[in-house]
Amino acid sequence: MREPAQICMLPNGRLHLHDGPIDLIIHADGTPTAVEQAYRAAATRFVTVLDELCAELPLLRAQALPNSPRPRGPIAQRMFDAVLRSAGFQQASPGRALEPCLSPPLFITPMAAVAGAVAEAILTEMTNAAKFDRAYVNNGGDIALHLTPGHSYSIGMVERPETPALFGSAEISAESNIRGIATSGWRGRSFSLGIADAVTVLASTAPAADAAATIIANAVNLPNHPAMTRVPANQIAPDSDLREIPITRNVAPLSIREIHQALNNGVRAAKTLQSQELIHSAALCLQGQVRVTCRDALPRPSADATQPRLVPRRSLQHA
Amino acid sequence: MANVLPPDTIRCDACPVLCYIKRGHAGACERYANIDNQLVRVDPHVLLDRAKFQGAPLVPFLEREHEWDGQLLKGRETFVTAIGAGTTYPDYKPAPFIVSSEVAGVDMVTVVTEGIFSYCGVKLKIDTDRHLGPERNLVRAQGEPVGHVTTAEYGSQMLSIGGVHHLTGGTKSEGRVTCETLLDLCNGKEVALTIDEGASITVAANQPPIVNGQREERMRVGCGSAAIGMFAKQWFGKVDEVVVVDDHITGVLSEHQAGKMLGVRETGIAIQGRRSTPGRYFQVAQPGTGWGGTNINDPLSILKPFKEKFAWPHLRLLMVSTTGDHYAYYELDESLRPIEEDLPPALRESVARIRENCEPALTTVLFMAGAGGSLRAGVTENPVKLTNSVKNSLTRVTCGGAPAYIWPGGGITFMVDVARMPENAFGYVPTPALVAPIEFTLKKSDYATLGGHMDYIRSLEEVMREKDRQRQLTSLPDNPWPLPSPNERRTK
Repeated sequence: MREPAQICMLPNGRLHLHDGPIDLIIHADGTPTAVEQAYRAAATRFVTVLDELCAELPLLRAQALPNSPRPRGPIAQRMFDAVLRSAGFQQASPGRALEPCLSPPLFITPMAAVAGAVAEAILTEMTNAAKFDRAYVNNGGDIALHLTPGHSYSIGMVERPETPALFGSAEISAESNIRGIATSGWRGRSFSLGIADAVTVLASTAPAADAAATIIANAVNLPNHPAMTRVPANQIAPDSDLREIPITRNVAPLSIREIHQALNNGVRAAKTLQSQELIHSAALCLQGQVRVTCRDALPRPSADATQPRLVPRRSLQHA
Repeated sequence: MANVLPPDTIRCDACPVLCYIKRGHAGACERYANIDNQLVRVDPHVLLDRAKFQGAPLVPFLEREHEWDGQLLKGRETFVTAIGAGTTYPDYKPAPFIVSSEVAGVDMVTVVTEGIFSYCGVKLKIDTDRHLGPERNLVRAQGEPVGHVTTAEYGSQMLSIGGVHHLTGGTKSEGRVTCETLLDLCNGKEVALTIDEGASITVAANQPPIVNGQREERMRVGCGSAAIGMFAKQWFGKVDEVVVVDDHITGVLSEHQAGKMLGVRETGIAIQGRRSTPGRYFQVAQPGTGWGGTNINDPLSILKPFKEKFAWPHLRLLMVSTTGDHYAYYELDESLRPIEEDLPPALRESVARIRENCEPALTTVLFMAGAGGSLRAGVTENPVKLTNSVKNSLTRVTCGGAPAYIWPGGGITFMVDVARMPENAFGYVPTPALVAPIEFTLKKSDYATLGGHMDYIRSLEEVMREKDRQRQLTSLPDNPWPLPSPNERRTK
């Protein structure tokens, strides 16, 4: 029995939109009229999103390859494009076909960017409907941002949703080009192939951040290590897009060497994405250890206030 | 995909993702889970906020006024409802939430669970005089029998929908459609029903019923006889005769006690049907969807010729239905035949008054189920003690914070007005059965006495900390607060 989408207000003027697995927390700052217009636009767009995506679900759950059929829905197309790019398919020159940088190409499906793409689509609807100072659309940790000059957001990062302690923070201003934040990890709602507790990525768009966070979190790994419990994805969720690929269900305590070995693998993936200008920066967290990669490798946060900097809250003294 | 599911897997149809969910796991939304191969809604958990200050404004948003921004009030009380609490079916375990809180210095315990009810149904009270169908005839949804016409009670037609015989006693499809119909009715959605040899209706809790495509605006002011009694004085002197047409009891002013008292002159009117007492007639026509719940559209069809001995030319006659929706005014010609004329302004007012006195026609949906079975084991190790405690009014039963009426006699059979419950309070399992919230509130000391699961009591503060699974709503202003008031406690 299809449940209708839920639209309601939360404390502090936040809008909550819920439909099936999609759960959005939205906040906009501006005049009451503008905010109301934006919220109405968000709600109006929202009610058709899930049906739109489900209409192409088999395609969105299939591996994304350059020769895959292109989805038709606007959100689905953003998902598809974001994962293709993040998976390393690049155009050697304009007009040429996309070519894989990796061999074999990374397994990724458009679903890796669904949360970010939905957040972005709703935010776009809001900014088209009204003018306001700033807004966020938070889709379960994958966040699309809108910032106008003079405004910024502080973000806090958590590694475990059930014990919300910040492992880092970042200040994002309108002058930066960051408009997407995403977090991925094996403790989150989506399955991860890796062992990162959380990987938070800042990127210029939410779908790009979402896809990249998935890829980096998958890369934080120690292949064939006995401390990990892995189970084929479809044994947990029969219709998972990851099919029989083993996903992480539990990670036993690792030695500090092993932790950094795993984080190194993730940092390598993050740097590859950074070098392709697909992400701005990433914070990787595993068993209390945090690594941060910043594109501009800023020596001092004050050197360029317009550039955000991910600041790890925990020291790396054990490293 | 094949229709054959792997073992221990169910397919969720709560949203178009249509997840396959393995036993012990949740779907992509983490709101629906497979518990022992039953699809169970597990999230979110609804808490009611009590606005401590009377008349505190609710802030409507997007036309959904139950929802509230939470910002205007301080010093609230909170009651944990069972909506979204989940269940420990088949109930050998303590209920999912056993919450303690303090009310005026007394420790109270609320046992919160979602019950799975296959012995359940709804009673529909449909405020209309229109004949919906013969008593005992089947009520159908999507062509499947889901209930029957029971009776009529004072201006309302009563239908019984659901019940165990439709849920599990018929075909699979009958059970499924019955469950869906009940769920929709309980969650306030619109449902289309047809009655064998009767009307097609569209109903939703607390909304005007739509009978054969026509929205019912008003409930009758009373039966035809009652209407005569209520308005006789206002008609007196302005008209010589009034007939209030009603399928149940048609009233006639000049013969009615109220007319006699005022000294209304005999008019020689003669009415079809069976005379009950003076001025009160049964069965003036067949039941239908015309005037006053009869099948007539021409009111003169219930009149026989006026008696020459009493009637006179220019006699003024008003005929009106029990809701004032239908009316006609006549004057007798020289040969004592009624000729329709425009309604004089003086009478227009009285017809308007009838309409004014009619309450808005609504459909009310009462959910009725028995919690006398195994559900009690989640509350106490000695289930019959819970039943006795409820009977002795030591334990208060609420459904999603709404007051429940407990039937006398055995078991804990309760009824609740679904309109007083928060939105979407009901779920279902494909058994088929309905999942409904139920809360038992009692003194902590009484809870210990009846063998409660004392080790599982958690404080309200602790439960409220799990914010990400919760939805806070303001309690509806018409509902009594589910926890006892301090005054009430002193009198006990």
